[in-house]
Amino acid sequence: MSTSFPHWEVFVRARRGIDHQHAGSVHAPDGETALRAARDLFTRRQEGVSLWVVPSSEIVASDPADDDAFFEPAADKAYRFPTSYELPPEVDQM
Amino acid sequence: MSQEQFDALIQADERIEPDDWMPDDYRSTLVRQIAQHAHSEIIGMQPEGEWITRAPSLRRKAILTAKVQDEAGHGLYLYGAAESLGTPRSELLDRLHTKTQKYSSIFNYATPEWADVGAIGWLVDGAAIMNQVPLCRCSFGPYGRAMVRICKEESFHQRQGYQIMLSLSQGTPAQKAMAQRALERWWWPSIMMFGPPDSASSNTGRSMAWGIKRYTNDELRQNFVDATVPQAELLGLTPPDDALVWNTERGHYDFGEPDWDEFARMVRGEGEIPDLRIGVRRAAHDDGDWVRKAAAAYVSKQAERSAA
Repeated sequence: MSTSFPHWEVFVRARRGIDHQHAGSVHAPDGETALRAARDLFTRRQEGVSLWVVPSSEIVASDPADDDAFFEPAADKAYRFPTSYELPPEVDQM
Repeated sequence: MSQEQFDALIQADERIEPDDWMPDDYRSTLVRQIAQHAHSEIIGMQPEGEWITRAPSLRRKAILTAKVQDEAGHGLYLYGAAESLGTPRSELLDRLHTKTQKYSSIFNYATPEWADVGAIGWLVDGAAIMNQVPLCRCSFGPYGRAMVRICKEESFHQRQGYQIMLSLSQGTPAQKAMAQRALERWWWPSIMMFGPPDSASSNTGRSMAWGIKRYTNDELRQNFVDATVPQAELLGLTPPDDALVWNTERGHYDFGEPDWDEFARMVRGEGEIPDLRIGVRRAAHDDGDWVRKAAAAYVSKQAERSAA
């Protein structure tokens, strides 16, 4: 029987100044080991300057079945976008 | 990391991230600047929020509600960026509530007429954008990233304001006169939003060396005047400055000297409005206390149940 290590989500910061972005996941017994595994798996070609690993079980996710109702309140508010405001061409680039 | 590495990163126009070593002064300057920026966003909800119920149409109410929601959101992005430097949000809010940290004095002007909402969007948000676009390239990563998000959202604020001014200036003579009064009220305060003249700005040099600031106050002020005067002309409104004239040689507008004594009085927080703003803010915080308590009680009850 194979041993199952905890699952970790991996976030990579590609370079200074930009956010860590989700890259994928690894299995590892602890955080330190997960970091090393993530380094070997996701940054073999210098894809990152910083790594975060987070236990997958700690991620709280929205429910795909509820997506429509969850995000619907933003759907009919076109006035939140700059394109909702027609201005004369002379000032349209403000 | 060390001072040398920090200096090398700044020299190379790289970004500093929260886990990096940084000089204490750099950290405290940023905590103060980002917190004051955050305070300005949430205090800025008040002068316009007062107009939500009185906005002249359902569309205008919806737009204004969305804008005030955005200001709250911008405050939260910025408090998050400030917290990444190690100062908890509760402490930052305490500093606002006890007036030990400031917010932009532009929010200590009154909004007696509907056209003020238009003028704020056009001029105050216009000046804010002029200030904030270079901050997207601030050397501190989380601040720059918050500013990218904010600038993207801010564009609608300026456009809706200008559109209000446009409707009023094309309306009845009384509406146009109201728009002109609002321009007169907000012109100088907006120009002073860029801070004291370079000759009197003690922090500019250091902030520029650290890559926190990219342009001086006077450079940004000039950009703002150059961009805004043609917009006023298109509205058929006149900024309250007799010295305002295009200078062909410089390729810029010349303009008069703001009343720096008034600026100093506003920064010191004179007048009745500062107490009103802080009072409303504190009341909002205190009135929300039962909600925080209820949320905490709910969580501990859930924990008890799942333990049982």
